[in-house]
Amino acid sequence: MAERKNIFSWKKAWRFFRTLWGFYPRLLPGILVLIFINAGILSLPGIFMQKVVAVLERAWNQQLPWAAVQPEIYGYVRILALLYLVSLLANVTYNQLLAVFNQGSLAKFREKLFTHMETLPLGYFDRHQRGDIMSYYTNDVEALRQMISQSFPQLCVTAVTLTVLLAIMLYYSLWMSLVVVGGSLWSVAITRKVGGRSARYFMEQQHTLADCEGFMEESINGGRVIKVFNHEGAARAEFDRVNQALFDVSCKANQYSNTLMPILNNVSYLIYIVVAACGGLFLEKQVPNLSFSGLPFSLAVMVPFLGMSRQFATNIQMISPQINAMVMGMAGAERIFGLLDEKPEQDSGTVELRPLEEGTGGRHWAWVLPGHGEKEELRPLQGEVHFRHVDFGYEKGKPILQGISLDALPGQKIALVGATGAGKTTITNLLTRFYDISSGSITYDGIPLEQIRKGDLRRSLGMVLQDTVLFTATVLENIRYGRLDATDEECVAAAKRAGADAFIRHLPQGYATVLKGAGAGLSQGQCQLLAIARAAVADPPVMILDEATSSIDTRTEQIVQRGMDALMEGRTVFVIAHRLSTVRNADQILVLDHGKIRERGTHQQLLAQKGMYWQLYTGAFELE
Amino acid sequence: MENNNRKSGTGVSRRGSWLMMLRSLREFKKDALLTPITVMGEVVFEALIPYEIALLVNEVKAGCGLDRILHYAGILLLMALCALACGYVAGITCARASCGFAKNLRQDVFYQIQEFSFGNIDRFSSASLVTRLTTDIQNIQNIQMAFMMLVRTAFRAPFNLLASFFMAWYMGGRMALCFLVVIPILGYGLYKIAVLSVGLFRKGFPQYDALNYKVEENIKGIRVVKSFVREETEIAKFDGTARKVQAIFTKGERYVALNNPLMQICIYGVMIFLLTQGSRLIVTTRGRLLDIGQFSTLLTYSFQILGSLMMLSMIMVMLTFTEESVQRVREVLEEASTLTSPADPVKTVRDGSVDFQGVSFQYEGSTGEPVLQDITLSVRSGEVVGIVGGTGSGKSSLVQLIPRLYDVTAGSVQVGGVDVRRYDLETLRENVAMVLQKNLLFSGTVADNLRWGNPHATRAQLEEACRWACADEFIRRACADEFIRRLPKGYDTWIEQGGTNLSGGQKQRLCIARALLKRPRILILDDSTSAVDTRTDRAIWDALATALPGTTTFIIAQRLSSVERADRILVLDKGRIHGLGTHAELLRTDGIYQEMARSQNLLEKEREKEGTLHG
Repeated sequence: MAERKNIFSWKKAWRFFRTLWGFYPRLLPGILVLIFINAGILSLPGIFMQKVVAVLERAWNQQLPWAAVQPEIYGYVRILALLYLVSLLANVTYNQLLAVFNQGSLAKFREKLFTHMETLPLGYFDRHQRGDIMSYYTNDVEALRQMISQSFPQLCVTAVTLTVLLAIMLYYSLWMSLVVVGGSLWSVAITRKVGGRSARYFMEQQHTLADCEGFMEESINGGRVIKVFNHEGAARAEFDRVNQALFDVSCKANQYSNTLMPILNNVSYLIYIVVAACGGLFLEKQVPNLSFSGLPFSLAVMVPFLGMSRQFATNIQMISPQINAMVMGMAGAERIFGLLDEKPEQDSGTVELRPLEEGTGGRHWAWVLPGHGEKEELRPLQGEVHFRHVDFGYEKGKPILQGISLDALPGQKIALVGATGAGKTTITNLLTRFYDISSGSITYDGIPLEQIRKGDLRRSLGMVLQDTVLFTATVLENIRYGRLDATDEECVAAAKRAGADAFIRHLPQGYATVLKGAGAGLSQGQCQLLAIARAAVADPPVMILDEATSSIDTRTEQIVQRGMDALMEGRTVFVIAHRLSTVRNADQILVLDHGKIRERGTHQQLLAQKGMYWQLYTGAFELE
Repeated sequence: MENNNRKSGTGVSRRGSWLMMLRSLREFKKDALLTPITVMGEVVFEALIPYEIALLVNEVKAGCGLDRILHYAGILLLMALCALACGYVAGITCARASCGFAKNLRQDVFYQIQEFSFGNIDRFSSASLVTRLTTDIQNIQNIQMAFMMLVRTAFRAPFNLLASFFMAWYMGGRMALCFLVVIPILGYGLYKIAVLSVGLFRKGFPQYDALNYKVEENIKGIRVVKSFVREETEIAKFDGTARKVQAIFTKGERYVALNNPLMQICIYGVMIFLLTQGSRLIVTTRGRLLDIGQFSTLLTYSFQILGSLMMLSMIMVMLTFTEESVQRVREVLEEASTLTSPADPVKTVRDGSVDFQGVSFQYEGSTGEPVLQDITLSVRSGEVVGIVGGTGSGKSSLVQLIPRLYDVTAGSVQVGGVDVRRYDLETLRENVAMVLQKNLLFSGTVADNLRWGNPHATRAQLEEACRWACADEFIRRACADEFIRRLPKGYDTWIEQGGTNLSGGQKQRLCIARALLKRPRILILDDSTSAVDTRTDRAIWDALATALPGTTTFIIAQRLSSVERADRILVLDKGRIHGLGTHAELLRTDGIYQEMARSQNLLEKEREKEGTLHG
């Protein structure tokens, strides 16, 4: 939080402004002009009211009848009414436009954020917590909303009002102006002091609140464990501690901010008193006046100052909180720009994937290699993958994979076996180019991997991941996620192949059942079957399967297994095996340990070696 | 579930909800009372100040000397100081009252949830309880803002309104009547705008939630999105929702944007009326009814009056927004715990024997077949019972009845020869250790977590329990590699919330160690070794047999190898006992057990065969 201070820079502010301007090239200047017009007009009525009062005084002193002053007063009132009318029109218009502009800009920022987020490499998501990324969309966009819809226009109005007031005051008298400005600056100093303290406690409050909420969340989610261990008393005691801490700091924060208003309010009366006293003093001592108008000190000079002093003081006090809000908004904008500045996934691939027309039965694809100035070359997609001495690490100096070489021929089944963290998933992440290798090479059908366009590469690889992710949509739409142009019949057929059809038909609305909350309401096995169906409908030539069956009961496991087996037929398959039965009929088994391939061969060969694989197989090691 | 919640919410007026919330004020009642009183003082002084200023202005205009000015200035200063003092005290007490209120409310809800039984938690779901404790109370605490506004501004606004109106009336006489025309118009306008915009925002929030959910879904499922190359479709979907949010909120905000002009129309109207009519009155009556000083003061009051109306409408909007949160928190506070200790509880557990007598069980609110039906089973103290069966056969439900996490629907469960419903809950659970299927560790060190089982456990006892649970190997054993399997700081290693920095098998073993530290009479392991390899599973088994010889043990497992050595194995099917006996007996007699053995033993046999082939 502390580093947020002093980060305001004109460069960033300008960038933010330019972005907004880019969203609404005509609306934004229009709104600004209207705001300034409105603020300008609003500082004028005081003058005319003063004139009316002056006329009244004249009438009072000279005992003039109403008829004598009526035209003059009505004249001023008419001008006033006109000013009001213009201001009202400007006000209505800019407020309505601002609502459109504000929500529109937020929507555009959200879309920009999301669009950019989708292009970010996987590493970004590994490095950042979900809650942190979410807060761009919630907290930071909210800070922007506050700034665009409230602080910024208010600040404009305040600035204009202050300028006009200062001009009028200088017109009347420099000395009195100095008194007013001096008094106002004094009140600003108070605001900064009290407000600063309040802001500090409010920041502390955010931290304490996060602690408190974290604790509450944990103890409610673990509520059952608390009960089983009779831990309610301890939980209450700990809760009381964090709750008290939160109370202490939030009470202080609010006390400071609460007392600020009465203090400022009354300080403005004090200024008023000081101005009146000084005015009286100047009058009595006949101090020579210094002003643009050249008027000598008189009541006519002093009286307007009384009104203006309060107006000036209140306006200048308003600047401080507005600037605070602006700084918070800018911090939000900066964080948003921070995400937008994250480097998207790079893709320099030129090789594309193209469906072959004459395909019968299964679907056939070919790589299109751009020729050197000549005709492009078509190479049928077969699913042959070679790793050559591949090294990889997420961070420099911390290798995850070392010297990985493997050869997967079309239609072969490659099993990756090893402990958690041995690097099994990382190998598949390199094949999909979620991460790029540090050294070595990977080729796919003889084409260096980095020459293939990422989208096309991934389209050729089907994935069933360990953590099944389903989306908020109907079952059918979730299956169709695999291939958007798949017909309903194709989706149902895929579900049948995966063995998911039976349970889907038992759902309340069958294939039209809407899945909410990432498949809540479905069992883990059912989610997995849907994921298999989703991969099946995509019908890719190469499959990557991350099996996870440890928490599924034996019967479901068999069904899932059948689905997986159906999916593997006739394809090159990389399977991260958790069940050794999958491994047995693999063409190659790679045993990974600490990022290196320790053993490789078929099931029979590896058992004969009596090495790591044999130990795993006989249950001397755990896989998870 | 939602239905139930709704039912409990209806029938009582919303005002009642608020009053109930206010019960949480407790020790802060004094502050809550002091606030409106001091606010009243502040308002009275603030209403008097413009009057005093009017006198001052008149003095200045009359061209009197400095001493007269100073005299009035002195009075003004005094009043300002009084107003300041009142306002200052109000600010302090108001902060205390509102923060204290939020604190107590949070405490009430949290304590209430601690009283909840499993059944209560099921009814609300943990996720919904978390939202109620955090988001909803936060919302109400923004009634800390609203409460502050309620106590401060809400008291202040009407006072201000009345005080200003009174002063305006006093000074302006008939002139003040114009407010009687303007105020209803403004009031109605503000009310109408509030109603329209709140309705729209209500409609917009679910869309807004959907928008955020879409983001969350994409962050969580980014691998799926990327591997299916669905970035564009996801962006299109997101844009669609974003546009909907934009449309609704723009409309709502445009309504709200009418507030300001409406205010202005009223102020301008009053101004022009005052200027024309006031001037005429001053000139024609020669100041009998209104003098110039009073006149300018009247203008000041008109601002104050309309300003307080604006505040009132803001408070109304805030209150409507928090209404739902109040309702949701209230539901928690009013939920009665479905399980409590009896009036005259049994406080000792004789031994670890367990008897199920004709037990049937059904979860609250569920319909259809009961989860357990007519279970009768006697378990001797010290016996080891394995429980197997498919998903939904009622294994977990059966063992949860032993520490009385749920009450039976029919029949009875006895521990040590006494019905569990007659025990003091704490005594019963002190003697029954249970490792839940969804095992959970809490943020804290490894030792902190283990001491849940026994707060006074020594380091030696911790180590012993970990040895039995085979957890010591990854806690203490120094491995040469830098891998995650070993905990860097041994027992002082910090465990992240939810135990995310441990593997599944490590978590399970720590949970078992934690339960063992209780030295229970009855130990229940609900599928607690599923992520542990067979070798470790066996080692744990051996350790338990030697370490806790007199402890009655229930072991639920998917793998038959985890239960085959039990004294007896219970096979459950659709909530009924399908078979009961030793491994050997069941292999001969029980169909389900045979089937399970067949599917799981396939591998074992292979292994033996290979063993003979290559051995």
